[in-house]
Amino acid sequence: MPPVPAQASNPIIRWEYLVDEWDQVQEALVQHLGLTVVSVLGGLVVSIGLAALVLRFRAAGAPVTAITSFLYTIPSVALFGVLEPVAPSSTVAAAIALITYTLLILVSAIVAGFRAVPEAVRDAADGIGLSPTRRVLGVELPLALPYIVTGLRVATVTTVGLVTVAAIIGQGGFGRLILNGLRREFYTPMTIGAAGSILLALLLDALLFGVGRLLTPWQRRHRRRTAPSPRPLRLPATGVPIPLEPTR
Amino acid sequence: MHDHAIELVEVSKRFPGAADDAVAGLSLAVERGSIVALIGPSGCGKTTTLRMVNRLIEPTHGQILIDGDDVTTAPVTELRRGIGYVIQQVGLFPHHTIARNIAAVPRALGWDKAATRERVAELAELVGIDAVMLDRYPDELSGGQQQRVGVARALAADPPVLLMDEPFGAVDPIVRGRLQDELLGLQARVQKTIMLVTHDIDEAIRLADKVALLNVGGVVEQYAAPDELLRAPASEFVAEFVGGDRAMKRLGLARVADLAFTQGPVAPAGATIEEARAAMDAHRAQWVGRTGDGIFEGWVPGVDLDSGRSFAELDVQLPAAQVRRDSTLRDAMEVIMTSDTSVAVVSDEGRFAGVVTLEQIRAGLTQHDGDAGGV
Repeated sequence: MPPVPAQASNPIIRWEYLVDEWDQVQEALVQHLGLTVVSVLGGLVVSIGLAALVLRFRAAGAPVTAITSFLYTIPSVALFGVLEPVAPSSTVAAAIALITYTLLILVSAIVAGFRAVPEAVRDAADGIGLSPTRRVLGVELPLALPYIVTGLRVATVTTVGLVTVAAIIGQGGFGRLILNGLRREFYTPMTIGAAGSILLALLLDALLFGVGRLLTPWQRRHRRRTAPSPRPLRLPATGVPIPLEPTR
Repeated sequence: MHDHAIELVEVSKRFPGAADDAVAGLSLAVERGSIVALIGPSGCGKTTTLRMVNRLIEPTHGQILIDGDDVTTAPVTELRRGIGYVIQQVGLFPHHTIARNIAAVPRALGWDKAATRERVAELAELVGIDAVMLDRYPDELSGGQQQRVGVARALAADPPVLLMDEPFGAVDPIVRGRLQDELLGLQARVQKTIMLVTHDIDEAIRLADKVALLNVGGVVEQYAAPDELLRAPASEFVAEFVGGDRAMKRLGLARVADLAFTQGPVAPAGATIEEARAAMDAHRAQWVGRTGDGIFEGWVPGVDLDSGRSFAELDVQLPAAQVRRDSTLRDAMEVIMTSDTSVAVVSDEGRFAGVVTLEQIRAGLTQHDGDAGGV
């Protein structure tokens, strides 16, 4: 890549860059998307386990909340830095850190979703003789979905943003473009990296929103009666509501 | 075949950490095809008792039999699929259509699609749910409609026993009255054994063949037919619980046909003036009724008998205030109170059957006080 003369004009974006460096942009996109998907799915798996623990044993609620809240407060730069030397590869280090940050949101969402299942519905499911498995998978899970999808959306958008930070350990997808631009005081890769990250976040959010709607057709119909609105998701440590309504 | 569809034998329940039994040594037998209402103040264990029958709550002691079989012999899901369950909050599955909600138990039982679909249609008709609603979701239905669907879901696999926990507690009084009537109509067709929990004594009296009045701790204060409960409360507690208007409540239970009603001051159109006057005087009335071809025509004022015209020619002054043989005494009383002649005419499918007076209603209630079996 030819060095850019310091005196040369440095616009916000130089469009030729997109063409000349398309390979790099594409690579950044693939890495960004890959890290995000792996981390959110990995986070979902871990969170399902933790949420099941909390739902099954009330006593597990406080420690799980405390731990996931604490993990959430660790500065991401520090966590990437700490994990890199101990993890088998920088990709694994990045994924572990990113999974860590999804736990608070996803566990809260899953727990809130299952707790929002009306007691009468659970009672009826038991009373008419559904097996526990059938009750959980056939009744409670679908009813918890709006909350879980909302949690996934928040976690995904958060993760897409955090992936950029992983650039400091050589990962980072669009983050590497940003870092690259920062080091060279060259705006174009910074702009492309930032825009790419934002667009990816919006795209994935829209995608999850759509999937959520497809999965919950009963929520779309016109309601004759106003159903009680679900409680907003709260970050347990702070009591701050997650500023998103459950996906309708 | 056992006479008792549900039998509780010395059943007790103490919840973990509780100092006292929620239900203590309760024994209760429910006859096949009858409706039994469990009623009592809060904390009397009525809901606990109901929920022990389908093992949503496991008793601490005692035995519960359905058709003579201990409920603990079969796997719990199998037991519950054989018992209809209706609750106050309905508990329809919000993410399933009405059809799928009704089909919940048949699906769990693995019925084939065609049989399930047919059964759903049949039940929708039975409980009065329009076929177009079957594809809707529960949130799109009114409270009363949801409760009908709840009943349909409970009946889906045709269980012999139905448990209902305050089934009409969440709907407004007008809908409640309608749903109660519908339940009685339904029961006349399906003949289930129904155990029903309510806190509303009027509902218990209206629906139940027998009422079990429980006191705190699941103690049976009285287990009797509604009329007996009202006529002969077994304790101070029962008398207080059923309320001070027991006689009025009994009026809602007894029917005109139960009364020894008479022909009254009534004469056929072909009678002579003298015969008409004799009929009137015999009842010390100011009016005499006239029938033509067995149909009541109306009342003739006594003074008109002196007008010189024949009985058949006299003008009928007052229309008849009529009741049917199956009207309640409460309805009859309402009619009498608003009629100028102070009597209600009993019509039997249009034909004159007799008259009812306040005195007869009062006598009827007193007379039944002496009966063992009640009205």
